[in-house]
Amino acid sequence: MAASYFDVDGTLLRTNLLHPTVFYLLNQQTPLQSAGKILRAALMAPRMALAEMQDRRVFNELLFSTYEGISEDRLLLLADEAFDTVIKRSLYPNAKDLVQRCRDEGQAVVIVSGALDFLMKRLADHLGATDVIANRLEIKDGFATGRLLRPVVAGPEKAKLIRDHARAHGHDLDDCFAYSDSYSDVPMLSVVGHPAAVNPDAKLARLAAAYHWPVLTLDGPR
Amino acid sequence: MTHPLVVTLDRRSAPRTIFSGDRLIEVDMPVGTRVIYPKPPLAPLKDVDAAIRYALNHPYGTDPLHAKLRPGMKVVIAIDDISLPLPPMRRPDVRERVLTIVLELLADHGVDDVTMIIATSVHRRMTSNEIRHIVGDKIHAAYYPARLYNHDAEDPKGMKEVGTTEQGEVVELNKKAVESDLLIYVNLNLVPMDGGHKSVAVGLCGYRSLRAHHNPQTMRNCHSYMDPTTSALATSVDRMGKLTNKHLNVFTIETTVNNRMFDKPLEFLHKNEDDLTNGEKTALKALTFTLSKLPQQARQAIFQKVPSPYGVTGVFAGDTEAVHPHTLAKCYEQYAIPVKGQCDVLVTGIPYISPYNVNSFLNPLLVSVMAEGYLFNLYRNAPLVKKGGTMIICHPCTDQFDKEHHAPYIEFVHNLLPETRDALELHKRYEHKFASNPAFIQMFRTGHAYHPSHPFFMWYWGEAGRQHLGRVIVVGADNEYIPKLLGYETAKSMQEALDMAKDTAPSRTPDITMLHMPPILMADVSV
Repeated sequence: MAASYFDVDGTLLRTNLLHPTVFYLLNQQTPLQSAGKILRAALMAPRMALAEMQDRRVFNELLFSTYEGISEDRLLLLADEAFDTVIKRSLYPNAKDLVQRCRDEGQAVVIVSGALDFLMKRLADHLGATDVIANRLEIKDGFATGRLLRPVVAGPEKAKLIRDHARAHGHDLDDCFAYSDSYSDVPMLSVVGHPAAVNPDAKLARLAAAYHWPVLTLDGPR
Repeated sequence: MTHPLVVTLDRRSAPRTIFSGDRLIEVDMPVGTRVIYPKPPLAPLKDVDAAIRYALNHPYGTDPLHAKLRPGMKVVIAIDDISLPLPPMRRPDVRERVLTIVLELLADHGVDDVTMIIATSVHRRMTSNEIRHIVGDKIHAAYYPARLYNHDAEDPKGMKEVGTTEQGEVVELNKKAVESDLLIYVNLNLVPMDGGHKSVAVGLCGYRSLRAHHNPQTMRNCHSYMDPTTSALATSVDRMGKLTNKHLNVFTIETTVNNRMFDKPLEFLHKNEDDLTNGEKTALKALTFTLSKLPQQARQAIFQKVPSPYGVTGVFAGDTEAVHPHTLAKCYEQYAIPVKGQCDVLVTGIPYISPYNVNSFLNPLLVSVMAEGYLFNLYRNAPLVKKGGTMIICHPCTDQFDKEHHAPYIEFVHNLLPETRDALELHKRYEHKFASNPAFIQMFRTGHAYHPSHPFFMWYWGEAGRQHLGRVIVVGADNEYIPKLLGYETAKSMQEALDMAKDTAPSRTPDITMLHMPPILMADVSV
């Protein structure tokens, strides 16, 4: 059996990692706590912008450090609302159809995302995906430490995680598909036999053209 | 006596100028070569709108269109896509003229539930501008995109099974059309393999139905595609069409055009080189030189961006089976040329167009479709070339594809053809999986890519030719790799190709025939 590996932000969703993070920061126990979290995040913005250009893993670590001190209960309590208000609404119109078509072909569908696992699990359930590879917050004494558990899902690490997943589940990578919108996911696209660029950024679009990768859009007929 | 358009070359004959992709090349053919030229364009109808009205009011085999209308009924109008004619027709396209009159008639009879569907089957979706070109500004503005859109053969909710023929062919069509009270089909019939039952039963179907006849075995049993009486493809489509018309209320409107492909400044391309005036000779040389110097995109623009001044030669309406013989007769009147005897070596240029590369590049797979598919099949009675004979084609065979329109073709040519060229093997081992590739299906549904089954169908399209021909030799290829993938040999010059062909010719003194086209022609071969 083959598998399809889907990046999420920009590929299946219009949003990126910032949107659910902002949702959580704005929904702290008190307005004062929210303001404090937002201020801290704002102060980190230049570093995050620099990291985004240089190393997606560092960016993820900086972004998720803003979760420090949020209780696990609260993360899970708000997860349904975060999914409904931020993620579900941002799904591209044809995302569910594409996942369903992969399932109809008998493929396993795996969400591979730098976003947080409890949100991606909800997305997987909604789309009918079979597995999730996503980032996990470190929790100590019921509170997020602001650190991510290893391995951090980002950039080249995604390729290794896909390899491991395929090996563990008996998928031949030559028969597998991968979908992403971003040049930072070229390693992930390169390990499968059937890579596809979805709503690609300019650099990925150029690469896809050079390697004859299919380029598709999920936001409706053009 | 030979037909005047079948010219035998002698010592005084000028070199022939033929297409090699979007360039023109001069070739010196041996004395005794027969060159078949297209007929001059038939005279167009003087009043097309009157002919349309007459056809709607005096249909073949059924009541006039107005008698079928009642207020509140659901009407679907299906329309041939931009793959016909080639190149696109100068505006107003005849489909716009038909639609304008039909829509007026529907409005006059209180029919306002009207949906128009471009019958693309598994062709790529047409762009908004391409649809506008066909239907005109007014209809486009009023109907697009809510009530004028492309057929989606992969919409799971948009297809409906009509039934199965006695031969087990599943007829699954566009649901909106199936559930309509009246389905009007507006056709533009370029060649004899178009139209008839093919319009609805192919134009509005999907992969599930196409598999019934777009397969290597059926294609091998077509002699030729252009003669429905000897085409297994047409026979299968007819069965599916008959079943369709049992369940659907279909009113067919077919139109024919002449072969005026080139406008005045390029009209000399129709002509025998020995009959060119001095001015035309100079123009031909200038055009040949210019095309040899221009970059590919400029050449494509010259030939593809300029619509052709086709003239409408016929409008026929009514019951599908009653209408189509009239359409076919008009097509044969335009194209068919009597030719005595088969040849050992058939020479032809491969031009820049096919029905499958409107506004894009004729990629290597389409070169083979044109050679062993379309051009080989432009005959009735018997193939122009003897069994085991050679086809010499002129084309650069450049390894270039439109990355969107022909995305699945790229993988087919570069990943599958190196594995095997055997159509039966490709059909059995690869087709089904490839045709359901989710990424390609998505490109087909929301982008402008051909369906992933299409490259397979295109390969099968050449199957009858492949079974008949001994060899295909390419002159002017810019690489060795693509011809080899397609199963072709290469030659540096026409002379070298002719020498190679003579070695394996079925006759001791090989007969050479050249097709001088475009414009389109057909050979009625008597043996």
